[in-house]
Amino acid sequence: MTRKQKRLSVIVGGLAILGLAAGLVLYALRDSIVFFYTPSEISEKNVQPGTRLRLGGLVEKGSISKAGGTTVTFVVTDMIKTLNVSYTGQLPDLFREEQGVVAEGVLDASGAFIADTVLAKHDENYMPKDVADKLKEKGVWQESKP
Amino acid sequence: MIAEIGHFALILALAVAAFQTVVPLIGAERGNRQMIAAAVPATLIQLVLVYVAFAALTHAYLISDFSVRNVFENSHSAKPLLYKISGVWGNHEGSMLLWVFILASFGGAVAVFGDNLPPTLKARVLAVQGSIGFAFLLFIVVASNPFARLNPVPIEGNGLNPVLQDPALAFHPPFLYAGYVGLSVAFSFAIAALIDGKVDAAWARWVRPWTLAAWMFLTIGISMGSWWAYYELGWGGWWFWDPVENASFMPWLVATALLHSAIVVEKRNALKVWTVLLSILAFSLSLLGTFLVRSGVLTSVHAFAVDPARGIFILGILCFFIGGALTLFAWRAPALKAGGFFSPISREGGLVLNNLFLCAACASVLIGTLYPLALETVTGEKISVGPPYFNLTFGPIMLPLLLLVPIGALLSWKRADLFAVLQRLWIAAALAIGLGVLLLVATQRGPWLAPFGMALGAWLIFGSLADLANRIALFRAPIGTSWSRLVGLPRSSLGMTAAHAGLGLMIIGIIAITLWKVEHIVAMKPGERADVGVYAVQFVAETPLTGENYTGRAGQFRIFRGESEIATVVSEKREFKPMGTPTTEVGLHQTLAGDVYVVMGDKTADGARVVRLYFNPLVSLIWLGALIMFFGGALSLTDRRYRVGAPKRKLTPAGVPAE
Repeated sequence: MTRKQKRLSVIVGGLAILGLAAGLVLYALRDSIVFFYTPSEISEKNVQPGTRLRLGGLVEKGSISKAGGTTVTFVVTDMIKTLNVSYTGQLPDLFREEQGVVAEGVLDASGAFIADTVLAKHDENYMPKDVADKLKEKGVWQESKP
Repeated sequence: MIAEIGHFALILALAVAAFQTVVPLIGAERGNRQMIAAAVPATLIQLVLVYVAFAALTHAYLISDFSVRNVFENSHSAKPLLYKISGVWGNHEGSMLLWVFILASFGGAVAVFGDNLPPTLKARVLAVQGSIGFAFLLFIVVASNPFARLNPVPIEGNGLNPVLQDPALAFHPPFLYAGYVGLSVAFSFAIAALIDGKVDAAWARWVRPWTLAAWMFLTIGISMGSWWAYYELGWGGWWFWDPVENASFMPWLVATALLHSAIVVEKRNALKVWTVLLSILAFSLSLLGTFLVRSGVLTSVHAFAVDPARGIFILGILCFFIGGALTLFAWRAPALKAGGFFSPISREGGLVLNNLFLCAACASVLIGTLYPLALETVTGEKISVGPPYFNLTFGPIMLPLLLLVPIGALLSWKRADLFAVLQRLWIAAALAIGLGVLLLVATQRGPWLAPFGMALGAWLIFGSLADLANRIALFRAPIGTSWSRLVGLPRSSLGMTAAHAGLGLMIIGIIAITLWKVEHIVAMKPGERADVGVYAVQFVAETPLTGENYTGRAGQFRIFRGESEIATVVSEKREFKPMGTPTTEVGLHQTLAGDVYVVMGDKTADGARVVRLYFNPLVSLIWLGALIMFFGGALSLTDRRYRVGAPKRKLTPAGVPAE
């Protein structure tokens, strides 16, 4: 091979790898991202059952029920609408009434939210930024200092 | 008083850093010997001043001086000694001070060990180090003073976030920062070389040990963080593709690429411009990581204080250094003479492929990390990019790289015979494929990807060992000859073998926990038993618990294999003083074959405990592999040829033949 051909082969190889990477990124960004909604947005946007999404809001007071063994049900509210959530497994340490929560999962046909992940956060005063932003937008959240 | 001395030392250090930046740069430009010679003492004085400041803050933590706001907010007199010390960097201000502390240490190391560097190059390197130090010291002095006082003085402190009170996490930040900041040396060398207009084999030899050291620290720092997440967060996972994790992983990927491309500059005097660019990018990603983690853009355990002004300040530093460096690169890089060319199938070609894959992988992580931030800024739409994205992009990009590692390591410089290389690897390939097929048959109903991943890991391990066996003529020569050959091998080549084999072990661990993990969530009352994988776990009893700065409940669990009891583990629910913050301690029974992982959860309505049980097969291999990679790096670092300051520019021939 001449010098020129060698250089060309390296460049073509490089472009092929970059192309592969770009293709994968675009494909993955279309198919594997998850949108973040509050209960009222879910009803506004008419989200179809089975779509994977993240739900954020506050755990409504008195709504946590641990009746069914390892399955827990609770209500997530953004002070406008509420949504029933059921989750099988262990709740994070900082999961409490009237605290922020982020749950990931799908809506079932009856309109309840089946969560497979409830996010564990690290701080007792922690309000998930996403939730705080959304609640600020709705005007129902004030900054509180510990 | 001591806090004020610390504060004053910081301000002096800022002034010295300014001197360290300006004077040697002008001196190097004009060839003024005195100004050039000022670089070393200035660096050392800055080092001493920063050490004084750091010692002052540590002192305030040790004596629990709550008149210092930082200590009040992040410490507590009842805290164990270790966490009083780690509390120094367990907060925003202190962690930035640690950053500068490590930066000054690296600058000092270059000043002390860089005796063989040409004086102008050394002066410029130290000046660039000084400028980075100046920027961050300015940030600390202006926007993030760790020595601010409180009046009136509180009696007791707020305490450190309990999940941070953990031995692995106490040392995670220093190691990670040593990695982040260590990359600044390669950056400074790159900037100095651009000003100098000269990159040659000697330059690459000077850059390599520093990059290698930074890479080793990053490797350990990241694995400590992941180890902590594994046993402290109680979710059985070890890596979450969290933006904060990605922030530390991206510099690691580029530093790995840089390590490999610097070899090409050193041995073949090629890829020079690219290597300079990588040096800049590696540290830029470190800065980006610092920005993402410290600015409050991301919410996580790392984002201590969300103060927009600070975020903007760090963003300014980020833009100045990355923008400035890239501008200088665009302006000066064409002046660097291009090196020799090579055939695509050669060691150089293999290393270029390595670099392309690593950079493409890094780009996919970067996009996945920044895309949600960008989308939210532009459209206000909130999304999360999680593991599915990274599995789809990062995985397929890394796969061909991993397949090619053993082959690339065997290719010769300039022009290689691919067929001959494959011949030398056939035993390794046969063993790896054999293992894969065996596992495929044994785990018929399991995911097909698992045997494939195991074979891939085995291929890396056997391929590295085959290379080693070949070099020392194992089984072909008398064992004594092989031994003396092994001892005679360059340490850097042994280090490479170890690092690649360690990577193989890590892959096996990752694949095993990802695809073969057994999870079982069950409500248990004392005395009850539940199965997890081949093990059974019995909930024995629950007892109250009192620790140095917490109270709680401890659950005892017996672990059985068949009918024989093999271990007892304890999972705890703790409530930490002073805020009553709850945390969970995992009960962990570790063996090389796999971990039994027991987490005691909340009480159910009928008084049972929700218990989460995992069997995580081979998971220890992830950290064992990382440790082996670290030692591979250390072995390489002790190679006589790479001892810091060892190479002399005039003695280095233009091209060293393949070894």
